Amino acid sequence: MITLEGVTKTYRMGRIEVPALQGIDLYIGRGDFVAIMGASGSGKSTLMNIIGCLDVPTSGRYILDDTDVARLADDQLARIRNKKIGFVFQSYNLIPRTTALHNVEMPLIYAGEGGRSARAREALVSVGLADRVNHQPTELSGGQQQRAAIARALVTNPAILLADEPTGNLDTNSSVEIMRLLTRLNAEQSRTIVLITHEQDIARFASRVVELRDGRIVRDERSAA
Amino acid sequence: MNLYEALRMAANGLLANRTRSALTMLGILIGVTAVILLVAVGNGASVQINNQVQSLGANVIYVYPANARGSGGVSQGFGTAQSLTQADVDALNTRQQDPDVVAAIPIAQSGGQITYGNQNYFAPTTGTTPAFPQVRNYQVAEGSFFTDDDVTARHRVVVLGQTVVDNLFGGTDPIGQTIKISRQSFRVIGVFAQKGGSGLGSQDNVVVAPITAVWAYLTGARGKVISQIVASASSAGTVTQAETEITTILLNRHQISDPTQADFQLQSQQDILNQATSIATALTLVLGAIAGISLVVGGIGIMNIMLVTVTERTREIGIRKAIGARRRDILVQFLIEAMVLSGLGGALGIALGALLAMEAPKIPAIASSSFPTPVVSPTSVVLAFCVSVAIGLFFGIYPANRAARLHPIEALRYE
Repeated sequence: MITLEGVTKTYRMGRIEVPALQGIDLYIGRGDFVAIMGASGSGKSTLMNIIGCLDVPTSGRYILDDTDVARLADDQLARIRNKKIGFVFQSYNLIPRTTALHNVEMPLIYAGEGGRSARAREALVSVGLADRVNHQPTELSGGQQQRAAIARALVTNPAILLADEPTGNLDTNSSVEIMRLLTRLNAEQSRTIVLITHEQDIARFASRVVELRDGRIVRDERSAA
Repeated sequence: MNLYEALRMAANGLLANRTRSALTMLGILIGVTAVILLVAVGNGASVQINNQVQSLGANVIYVYPANARGSGGVSQGFGTAQSLTQADVDALNTRQQDPDVVAAIPIAQSGGQITYGNQNYFAPTTGTTPAFPQVRNYQVAEGSFFTDDDVTARHRVVVLGQTVVDNLFGGTDPIGQTIKISRQSFRVIGVFAQKGGSGLGSQDNVVVAPITAVWAYLTGARGKVISQIVASASSAGTVTQAETEITTILLNRHQISDPTQADFQLQSQQDILNQATSIATALTLVLGAIAGISLVVGGIGIMNIMLVTVTERTREIGIRKAIGARRRDILVQFLIEAMVLSGLGGALGIALGALLAMEAPKIPAIASSSFPTPVVSPTSVVLAFCVSVAIGLFFGIYPANRAARLHPIEALRYE
């Protein structure tokens, strides 16, 4: 369902060309739970941006659900992000001064879909935030904010959940809670999850680990568990 | 994204920074208040001038001797001040060549001290003929106007305006009393109803007598001078035809073939009205334009604040883009925010401007002056609102477009 073929990405800084990805071939199937690992500068953020359709590759093909998204224009990418990708960020990225419910409704608003309130409520219930529906981000703990963000990522029923260091700002207990939640979503709803992290402990929750170094895949293995 | 959601987002954004939103709105509010108020004053002046000119009598055409207005020059020669004669008036009244002229009356003006008992007063005395009330649109409230017989027999009778009655008689009934004008006795036979109006010379400060009596007893050595002829057209629509007819008759009678050499001049009430209206319109435009400048300043304030808002909310824009907002969604969100600011400011400004326009005449200092009563026209209200929303649109486009064009990755990284 996600196929990357010979994907490269080169940034131009003034006159110097900086290669961030140098030929990535990657297939991620439905229901996979993949952790992408790598040190900073390994290209994992660039890869996440490309998988998340926030950026397009310099060359190569990226096929997401039978659509080649490598050459789409901005607004078409926005559509794909809205329909097929759910983002979970390290810093939660909820919209301030807006209730959890309204935050979760937001992707549905941009999708122009109906029954927003009920669907958003349902998503919040599924991440265990039934009693925090009308709270603003500042009234929620880090773990709760991240769960609200996961609800927002899930509400459009996307093809992939893309989590970028989702536990980076959380303490150990909350981190484990969030990872259990992701594991459960993967197991129970067969959600495809792509997890970006540099922590071995976190990557252990995934069923497959892909390691990047200098813009190339150096390891790709399934964990025994 | 529908309008309701867009408005809800805009309200959210604006409420996040109440003080800043209120101050930005204030810029537009003051601008719109100024526009509404100043245009109302301009309109008020226009209405006031209109009423005054109308009260002089509609459909009226004035005929003056050419050099009496100082435009004839020396070449017109001696005696042109007397170029209008009773025969001219009679000719205009035959109505064979001038079917659109209802009546024409000669006017002879005389100044002079008016006394009654121990009271004295100064008012111009107008010598004329019995068609005067009809032509000049006066109503006789008490007694009666003089007749053709009075004119033929040079009877020394007068009809007084209300101001003159008030100043000379106090409580006494003036009818039948004898007053003295320049030491000549005249009997009061009628009183005009109040006409009102001020500014362009009171219509109630008049003394009217048969023209023959004025010539005989008041103008003295100057002889039978007619200072102007006043004619009334059958309706406002026939004023132009009536003017043409009068010109033709008088040119013929005065044996002048070249109309540019005419020894008389015409001026209609319409001309005066047109002049006054164009002055009032110019006044309204100038006032509106001055106020409009403050609206533009308010608009720049909106642009400034929207640019700050866009920068502050870069991260939010990044989030929205990541979860699927298209350029258009972001553009619309910030445009609507700017338009809500300016539209709300405009609506409040209209309310404040209209309130001030209604309350201002109640301030004693303004009430006692001849300052025009402001008239808030519905057009200016609708226009002011549309303009203020348009200002939000215009000055919001640049910041909104900047927001819409942000790259999601860079926007998400923004701290």
